Amino acid sequence: MSIETPIKTNSWLHWFAVLTAAATFLLLGLGGLVTSHEAGMSVPDWPNTYGYNMFLFPPAQWIGGIFYEHTHRLLASAVGLMTLILAVWLWFKEARRWMRWLGVAALVLVAAQGVLGGLRVTLHMDSLGVFHGTIAQLFFVLTCALALFTSRFWAGLMADRQSLRVPAGLRTLVLATTIVILGQLVLGATMRHQHAGLAIPDFPLAYGHWWPDTSADAVAGYNARRVEVNGENPITPFQIELQMVHRGLALAIFILVAVCAWQAWQRLGRKDALAKLALAWLALILAQVALGAATIWYNKAADVATTHVLVGALALTVGAMWCLVAFCRAAPSTEVRPLAVFGAQPVMAANK
Amino acid sequence: MRAREIFHKGLPTIRPDDKIHTLFEFYKMKALKLAVIFPLLAALAGMPVTQAADIVGVITLKGTPPPEKEITPLKEDANCGAMYQAVPTTHFYVVGAKGELADVVVSLKGVTGKSTGASAPPAVLDQKGCLYAPQILAIQTGQKLIVKNSDACIHNVHATPTVAGNPESNQVQMPGGADLNYTFAQPEMFLRFKCDVHPWMFAWVSVIDSPYFCVSDKDGKFVIKNVPPGKYTVEAAHRKLGTQTQEVEVKDGDATANFTFEVK
Repeated sequence: MSIETPIKTNSWLHWFAVLTAAATFLLLGLGGLVTSHEAGMSVPDWPNTYGYNMFLFPPAQWIGGIFYEHTHRLLASAVGLMTLILAVWLWFKEARRWMRWLGVAALVLVAAQGVLGGLRVTLHMDSLGVFHGTIAQLFFVLTCALALFTSRFWAGLMADRQSLRVPAGLRTLVLATTIVILGQLVLGATMRHQHAGLAIPDFPLAYGHWWPDTSADAVAGYNARRVEVNGENPITPFQIELQMVHRGLALAIFILVAVCAWQAWQRLGRKDALAKLALAWLALILAQVALGAATIWYNKAADVATTHVLVGALALTVGAMWCLVAFCRAAPSTEVRPLAVFGAQPVMAANK
Repeated sequence: MRAREIFHKGLPTIRPDDKIHTLFEFYKMKALKLAVIFPLLAALAGMPVTQAADIVGVITLKGTPPPEKEITPLKEDANCGAMYQAVPTTHFYVVGAKGELADVVVSLKGVTGKSTGASAPPAVLDQKGCLYAPQILAIQTGQKLIVKNSDACIHNVHATPTVAGNPESNQVQMPGGADLNYTFAQPEMFLRFKCDVHPWMFAWVSVIDSPYFCVSDKDGKFVIKNVPPGKYTVEAAHRKLGTQTQEVEVKDGDATANFTFEVK
């Protein structure tokens, strides 16, 4: 039997953390719509909106791209406020010291996100948009982690982890796959902020070939034949190659997640929660691949492209949550136990 | 009296004792004078006149351009769509019945530092019907560009230059609001203006460091006026089809440079 200091949970705090995570997910979607509709610069000033206080901008003026950008800012303000409440709540009510500081970290991160978004507008820097999009995904992971750590599930996990061991090799594989997914998200954000539309208009081929011609003449021809409705930037060889790397990485991620799911089934058993989660992860990746193809087939339609962004965020979060739970579950006695980072009291080891 | 003296001093009073050949010598010199002067005048008359002239030409398109697309988001917009009966289309390729290609910016390559933009009348870019008009425009460095909002809805005017020295800007333009003024110090081809509120709105302004440029009209014709004599490289640039050059010499009257672009 393990001797653990039980973690006290506050269901109100937990559900507020869940609400904050859900609001963050919505905010991710709105942010995705802003980029998909090329509306990121539709409100030239910040923190005001067309000279108005942001909260007093007349709804009658929420037209065109302004609608997406302005509602994004409003929801971002709400998420900022919720994060502040959560951080204060954790600080005064949470017994685990690391959790209190994690709440502070969330607050700092959301504030940084707000400033990044504002500077992207006032400094006209597309590159900041890539950071803003990436940190948004990481912030979503953090809010989900806060929701997890405040849950009864986590408390139960800490109290009963002896019986739920995850081999180190599997943990490492899932962690590495999650990091690769993060890299893919950064790549995707970079692609979206090129503002060049679809660099490759067909799938699974690329300009009719398995690997497209990116010579100067060929690219000039692609640009000559492309008729874009929005004033996108001309396609460059770099953008074509970026999309090809994105496609290749998608295939690699699918294979990695499939291996993770198979390993989880094999080593944890099909009834294990983590094995089921790994299977759900695989289904998510399959959906993401389909959405990626649909983004191209439907000429980067805003709703399809934004859904692709959201499912990407979910894929990253599922991998991260899987890792958090897996690293919490005790490894076999001969392996290192990285439990102290989660504030758990030392275990009186039972069966070795 | 010697003939030379007569030549310089004129015909003296002939005295009966002067020799006859003295008169002959005088008229001979006169004739020589005229024989030199008249041919010289004639030669001068025949010399070519060194004056500025125009460079003219026609630009055509070979091949079939891709079909233009309907600007569906415009028609679906509550404010903008109401201004149209039919769905407007893009117009990247404005081609006449015989292949005449409009919207090609023609200029003299390598001719810089000759801008008269500061004293040139301002150019105008208008936002009307939720579209920029014209879509292709050329101005000089230092020339004022006035952007108007003739629509009854908000636009933001977002200039996105890529050349250092031409700053990016993004300004509000309310309906009925004041005109916005721009000048660009550096030459740049196809500097994009866009509206992010209505992302289908964009225009391309080419900034040229001399007064020697024009944009081909709907008949594919262009005229670059008052080009000083000399040899030049004429550059024709289309937003989609790239750039072509041709060597011309402005010598005796107008020079001609025709271009043919091809869609492959």
